[in-house]
Formats: sequence, structure tokens, C-alpha cells
Amino acid sequence: MTSLLETATPAAAVTRRPVTGSIHSWDLSTGVDGPGTRFVTFLSGCPLTCLYCHNPDTWRMRDGKRTTADDVIAEAAKYTRFISAAGGGATVSGGEPLLQPVFTGEVLHRLKHELGLHTALDTSGFLGVRATDALLRDVDLVLLDIKSWDRETYKKVTGRPLRPTLDFARRLADLGKDVWVRFVLVPGLTDDPENIEGVARFVASLGNVSRVDVLPFHKLGEAKWDALGKDFTLRGTPSPTPGQVAAAKEIFAAQGLTAV
Amino acid sequence: MTATPAETTVHGEAWDGFKGGLWRDAIDVRDFVQQNYTPYEGDDSFLAGATERTTQVWQKLLSMFPAENERGIHDVDVKTPSRIDAFRPGYIDAGRDLIVGLQTDAPLKRAIMPNGGWRMVEGALNAYGYEADPEVKEVYTHLRKTHNEGVFDAYTPEIRACRSSGIITGLPDAYGRGRIIGDYRRVALYGVDRLIAAKEADKELLGQEWATEDIIRAREETSEQIKALGELKAMAMSYGYDISAPAATGREAVQWLYFAYLAAVKEQNGAAMSIGRIDNFLDVYLQRDIESGRITEAEAQEFIDDFVIKLRIVRFLRTPEYNELYSGDPTWVTWSMAGIGEDGRPLVSRTTFRALQTLYNLGPAPEPNLTVFWSRELPRGFKDFAAKVAIDTSAIQFESDDLMRPKYGDDTAIACCVSAMAVGKQMQFFGARVNVAKALLYAINGGRDEKTGKRVVEGFEPIEGDYLDYDTVAERYDAMLGWLGKTYVHALNVIHYMHDKYAYERVEMALHDREILRTMACGIAGLSVAADSLSAIKHAKVKVIRDETGLAVDYEIEGDYPAYGNNDERADFIARRIVSDFMGKIRQHPTYRNAVHTQSVLTITSNVVYGKKTGNTPDGRRAGEPFAPGANPMNGRDEHGYIASALSVAKLDYDDAEDGISLTNTITPDALGRTPGERIQNLSGVLDGFMASDGFHMNVNVLDKATLQDAMEHPENYPQLTIRVSGYAVNFIRLTRDQQLDVINRTFHGSL
Repeated sequence: MTSLLETATPAAAVTRRPVTGSIHSWDLSTGVDGPGTRFVTFLSGCPLTCLYCHNPDTWRMRDGKRTTADDVIAEAAKYTRFISAAGGGATVSGGEPLLQPVFTGEVLHRLKHELGLHTALDTSGFLGVRATDALLRDVDLVLLDIKSWDRETYKKVTGRPLRPTLDFARRLADLGKDVWVRFVLVPGLTDDPENIEGVARFVASLGNVSRVDVLPFHKLGEAKWDALGKDFTLRGTPSPTPGQVAAAKEIFAAQGLTAV
Repeated sequence: MTATPAETTVHGEAWDGFKGGLWRDAIDVRDFVQQNYTPYEGDDSFLAGATERTTQVWQKLLSMFPAENERGIHDVDVKTPSRIDAFRPGYIDAGRDLIVGLQTDAPLKRAIMPNGGWRMVEGALNAYGYEADPEVKEVYTHLRKTHNEGVFDAYTPEIRACRSSGIITGLPDAYGRGRIIGDYRRVALYGVDRLIAAKEADKELLGQEWATEDIIRAREETSEQIKALGELKAMAMSYGYDISAPAATGREAVQWLYFAYLAAVKEQNGAAMSIGRIDNFLDVYLQRDIESGRITEAEAQEFIDDFVIKLRIVRFLRTPEYNELYSGDPTWVTWSMAGIGEDGRPLVSRTTFRALQTLYNLGPAPEPNLTVFWSRELPRGFKDFAAKVAIDTSAIQFESDDLMRPKYGDDTAIACCVSAMAVGKQMQFFGARVNVAKALLYAINGGRDEKTGKRVVEGFEPIEGDYLDYDTVAERYDAMLGWLGKTYVHALNVIHYMHDKYAYERVEMALHDREILRTMACGIAGLSVAADSLSAIKHAKVKVIRDETGLAVDYEIEGDYPAYGNNDERADFIARRIVSDFMGKIRQHPTYRNAVHTQSVLTITSNVVYGKKTGNTPDGRRAGEPFAPGANPMNGRDEHGYIASALSVAKLDYDDAEDGISLTNTITPDALGRTPGERIQNLSGVLDGFMASDGFHMNVNVLDKATLQDAMEHPENYPQLTIRVSGYAVNFIRLTRDQQLDVINRTFHGSL
């Protein structure tokens, strides 16, 4: 038993049985879910219902596949040789991974300590309060979505309030955690210069954000909305022009941030 | 051989300042390069752009390409069977060409090379609206036997049946086998006279041996090599150059080397006419000239640009059927570069960079087939530049230096796409490929063809019952692969015997050592279809649907199965086993000239034709649908991104496929990162990761699907759009419509 206790990870040590979570899929990606090439686990279930979501098929936890942390780690382990040569790590994404904090914590812990991978948590921050300090210790980088500065717009886009995300962002700043902020630029929805500047000022005030990704809205997820029988209300919304994207980046840059 | 004082004098100026001794005493270009090249560990900032002269010459050709593409060929000389010195000098622009020499007397004009086979020549002429010359026809149908005629004199009915059913396709029995790389550097370093003297010495040695068939053949071949070297000198002389002595300057080194290569492509219509590993060799001369103030960087680049222009317009006369197999008029002027030397120094010089720079100075193009030997140990500056060029042009390919160096040493080059060989010391007998997916259907149908119902193989019983049992199928498949391997090696022995006899590569072999290693390069197509079919049979239930004659013509899959391409061992081990089992079958049969058996997992663009010739398969693929190219997993079945897919391919054992394993990836720019710098770092990392995982080869296209779709609609806007297919690159607008669609429908790996 001694050896078990020594090697057991937080959740397994408490429950003494396999930790499971609801998973949508896993994937290998490069340059889009954190630095380098990463093993990305997409968890099912999200409290937000973003109008521009490109993965609405990850919204419901019950649509995912029940999977043990062991299985996730075994799959990720197939890529440690590749990733250590290529540069990169592992990202837990979703859905909203903090909807399943025990599973997420277990997976992050083992990715980091068993496999020795750089870890990233991709979150909206809405459930940031559910991330324990222990969980965050196992996270090297947080990819934090701040979808709007204007409260009303945030509510309109996500169906939820903004405050929890900002609280989480400040907590990450207090912890000195490395953060990349992501902001999706949607013409006519989030592109008001004042709105962007609000995000930019807030982010600049944190001091721990090393990069801001300005992500141009696209409609590649449209077919998924149709398949789910959901109404994709941004059907008529265009993608931002390169000029609009550049202007948004400029607003972040003006606050001394690295925007790409 | 020791250098006489006279030789020292002759070479004195040409070799001035060069170090080392071994290479002076014997023909040993590797030693010369190792003793004299200057590794370059910096970045691309020193490079020069195109000069006005370069641009003018290239523009002249660019304006000729659309009409050539439309008609199939620009022009052909029907009266002159090509030899090294058959044509008068030709120029693109006599006043502007820096490096001179064309295959015929005019640019883009093709030559006939009937030694490979008359039917190919006549068929091609007719296809493009030309009539064969009656006198030439008389010679090659009545007076002078061809390779093609010889092969068919010795084929068995069984081999002919395999050819027509398409289980063996693309055999070089009617066209030149190619895939032989002359060490063209030797002409520049030593001059032709010294090479002739060395061959005379070889002949003298052979004269001391008893006259067995092998020795007689070797004497005859050596005599032919000597004659070819004489013709090479005469050809160069017609352009005003005496290449009997060594090249003395950078420009001369490029020119001498090009003359040697030109002699090869004047005489051989080989499937792949690769140029070898030449950049560090040329760099020794260019560097010497730059250091002495004789030339500037712009001039060094200009020589390389002009040389590459010549390599881009190598042309052969081929039939439309051939073009269907190997689409887009490829010549595989494969130029191998980089990797790490045995002493640990990178095999990268400024001229390695200059070669890649041609893709900017002249714009992207499929030829020469620039091939980077990748290693994690390469200098950062080079890795970044190579990754940048790949992202910007989709025109270069990457192969694992770490896998090749231990087998072939550090003076290794690729022939064609993925076939490695030690330059000047090794050649291969090219064997095209067999269809292992169709072989599985033959196992199920007991040797009857699933499309025609005809019996192709004797002595096999069909598998009975409604559902396929894995163990039964695996056992029958093993036996069928045994039959296929035997028939295949039999055919290749006949082909290469006749090729040596009737279409011997005189000048290319003159630039080889006397004793060389030969490989019998077999190959397979349809690996992913066969592996997925077996996985479906093993992990799901596969019901057989038979026609009224009992022929299995379709399959119903009940349940899911793990597919090759997801880094899932349940499927990947099946693919790995097919490769190793078939290699084992091939090895059982003795080869012509004791060639060492090898195989490739490569299709070139023949995956489309193979698909057409194969019925419904138990993996759910419909009859006629293209196979995946090379060792690629089937389109759309790789569900976890291109890296998981690549790692399935990396599990195939290179020891079982020493002739190469080809993987092609098409990635959208977004899927490599958000900024140009990030994309470069990430692609470089992906290549590091793939090679660290024992991956062998990766073609990288970085393209948007919309670009290709637009190019199909408006080809006139994309004259130089280049895309890598299995093992080579093509001008996208020269592909057949079927093949364009295949490329577009192939899994695009993007990000959402």
C-alpha cells in the first residue's frame, strides 16, 4: 500500500478507483491549442452556449464518451516521444474542462508528472472557481477566453455573466500563472473598438498575459449546428476582413500586449 | 593508381588550393567533398535574388509552357533516335545562357529513344499527332531489337495475365527503368580523360579473368561506358567546351557536371533521372571563386539558377497511358541535400541554400525534385529556411537522414522519390509495384479476378461461407502473396536482363565504380486498403456478397473497426505485417545479377489507376475509388489529425522497405500556427518529431483547398502552382482531372 500511496495521483488517492470523465475526442494539433504540437483532449459539456461556437457537439456532457484517466494517459503516452522532439505538450480543452474538475485535475497531473509534458488548460474561466490551487499547479499555461468586455455583449454571446471569468483571470495573475488570452473577433458583435479596448486594458493590467490571440470568426462549425438541429444565428455574419483583424490587434498592441 | 607528375601539372590549376590526397589518387568524390567543403551554419540572409538575365531566360520558357501543356508536347524530332551526340547544340537564348546544353537542338523539343521499345515511341508520336519516320521504324522493328521486344520474348503467360489484370502494374518493360544516378560530379572533378583511363584499367583487370558470362558482359559494358564517355566529350565540344580536363572554376564545375547529366538524359528515357548529391561539391568551387574575388554571391546564385532552369526543362516522350500512371510529366531530377556527415558536420553549405533559393528566384516548380535529408542535428538556420521554403512553395520533400546514413553512408542520394543509394557505388533495378489490395481479393476469390471473373492464378480455392473468418483469410492471403512475390520477381528478372542487354545505361554506369551493389526494388500499392480490409474482417463482421458465378463482388461490414492511420496498434500491426510478410516472400526468389531484394511503399500517382482496376474491398471502399497514395492511410479514416496518421506510417519498418516509405500530408496554413515564424518553428518541430519516431519520408503541402479548387477553374492564373504527391511534386494544372479531384478530396488537415 505504501507504494500505491506514493505513486497515486490526487483523485485516485482519495477515491481509490478509476477516475472517469466524459470525453468528446482527442486530437493532435499544431499551433492552435497552445505552443507547438499538442495532444489535445476535448471534454464534453459546457455551461456556455456561445453564438459562434464551432463545436456545439461538445455542449452536452451526456453526449461524450465515458473514459478513464488511464485511457487518456495511455493515448497521450503514444506521443511523448514525438512531442519531446517536436516541442509542444498537452492541452485539456472542451467543452469546458472545469465542468469536470476532478477528472481534469487528474489528467493534467498525470500528463505533467507521469509523462513530463508541458500542460495547458483551455477554458472560458466561467467555472474558474472550480479549479483548485492544486489543479492549477499542474497547469503550465492557461488559454483563457475573454469573449467580450461589455457585460451585455458577453451575456448575449455566451448566455452567462462575465464576472467569473474576470475573477479567474485576476486569480491567475495573483498566482503568477502564464496566460494566453483569446478573443474572437465577430463583426457586428464583439468588434466595437471600445469593447476590444476594455478587454485590452483589463488584460494589460494583469501582468501575466504573454500573448493575445485575436481569432477571426469563421463559419466552419455551421454544419454541426445544422446536424444538431440548432439555430446558427450568425449565418449571415461575415468573417472579419484582414484589415479588421489587424485593427483589433493594434488595440491590444497599444496596451503593450503581444497580439497575434 | 598514383598521380604521375604529368597529371599533377594538368590538374594543377584546376585543383589549386584543394586539400586532401585520397581523392587525387583514386576516383573518390566523397573524399574530395569531405576534405574541402565549408559547412554553413548561418541563416538565409546572404542569399541573392534573381538577376535580370535569369528572369528574362525563365520568362521566355514560361511563355512556352501553356501551349506545351495544351498540346501535350511542344515539339519532337521524329527522325533522330537520340544518342549523347546525336543533336547539334541547342540554346534557350544563345546570348544569355550561362550554363549551356539541351537534350535536342531546341528547348522543350523532345527526342525519341527507341532502345526501350518501339511501340512506346510510335504510340506517343501518334497520341500527339506526329507520324513515325518510316526509316526509323524499319530500324527498330526489323534491324535493331529493343528492350520491350526482348522482355515479351521471355515473359510467361502468367506474367502477361498479371499485367493485364492490373495486379502488377507499371513494370518498366516498355519504357526506361531509370532510377540510376550517375556520379556526375566525377566529370567536373577529374575531367573525362581521367575517367576513361580508370575504365581502361578496369577493362584490363577484367581481361585477366576467365571468360564466364558475367565477365564477358562486364567487359562489353565497360567498353560501352568508355565509348559513351568519348561521346560525352564530343557533345561538350560541340558547345565549345573541352571537358577532357577537370573544371577549373565554379561556373565550369556546374557546366561540366551538367554536361554529364545531360548526356544521360539525351540517351535514356528513364522513369526517374535523378541528379544526386551535388550542392556541397559545387560549393567547393563556388566558394573558392568567391574567396578569390573572382565572382560575387549574385553570380554564384545566377549559375545555380541557370543550371536549375535547365533541369526544369528536361523532357521525355511518353504515352498517355504512362502519363496516367505518373502524371504531370515528371522526370524526377531528384536533388538530394543536407543531412549530417559521418564526422558530425552538417552536409549543408551555402550552395544548399542557393538550391532552395531557386524556388523563390524562379518561382515554385516540381523539378528538380528537391529532397532534404532531415536530421534533428541540422543547424537551426537551415532547418528554418527549409521549413519556410516548404510552407511557401509546397515543392520540397523531407526524408530521414537518421534512417539512411547507417545503411548507405553520408554520400547518399535519392533516386526518384524515396529510393536511397550510395552515389556511384550502388544502382537499382526499378520494379514498379504490385497491388496488395487486389491480391487480398484474389485470396478471397481463389485466384479469379473480381472485375472480369477470369482465372488469373491457378491452384487456389475460393473462400466459402457468408462471413469472412480472419484466420482463414490471413492464411489464404499469405499463400496468395507468396504466389504474387514469386511471379513478380520472375518478371523483374526478365525485365532487367533485357534492359541491360538492349538499353544499357552507358554513360550513367560509366560514372559508377566497377563493382557496385545492385538492388531489386520491388514495391507495393494498396497497403492501407489491404490493412483496413483485414482489420474489418478481424474486428467487425464482414459479409460476402457473391454474384451468380460465386465470385465475391461486394462486402457488407457489420460494426466498427479500427483503421490504419490513427496510431492504433490494432490496425497498424496489420499494415506492418503485410509489409514484412511480402518482403519475406520476395526474398525467397533469386534475382538477376544477385541484386539485393528491397521494396517500397510508394504509388506515385498510380494510386488512382490502381483504384480503378480494383473492385469493392472489404474495408468498405467502393470499386474504382482511388487508393490512398503511397503508405498513406485511407482518405478520411484518419480521425485524429495528420500526426497520429503519420505515426501509424512511421511504424512500418524501414528494414522491410529499404526502397522507401512515402507519406504525403496536405496541411492548411492555419493548422501550423498563427504567424509565419510560428509556422516555420512548428513545421520544423513536426519534422523533428516524425523522424524521432522513425518516420522515413514526408511530403508537405501547405495549401488551402480553395486555392486548388480555384486552380481547377482558372488554370491560367496558376502557371506555377506546385503540389507534392506521392514522392514527387507536380505542376497542379498538369494533372488529369481525376487526379486533381483525388488531391482535393484527400484529407486536408486543417484546424477548426
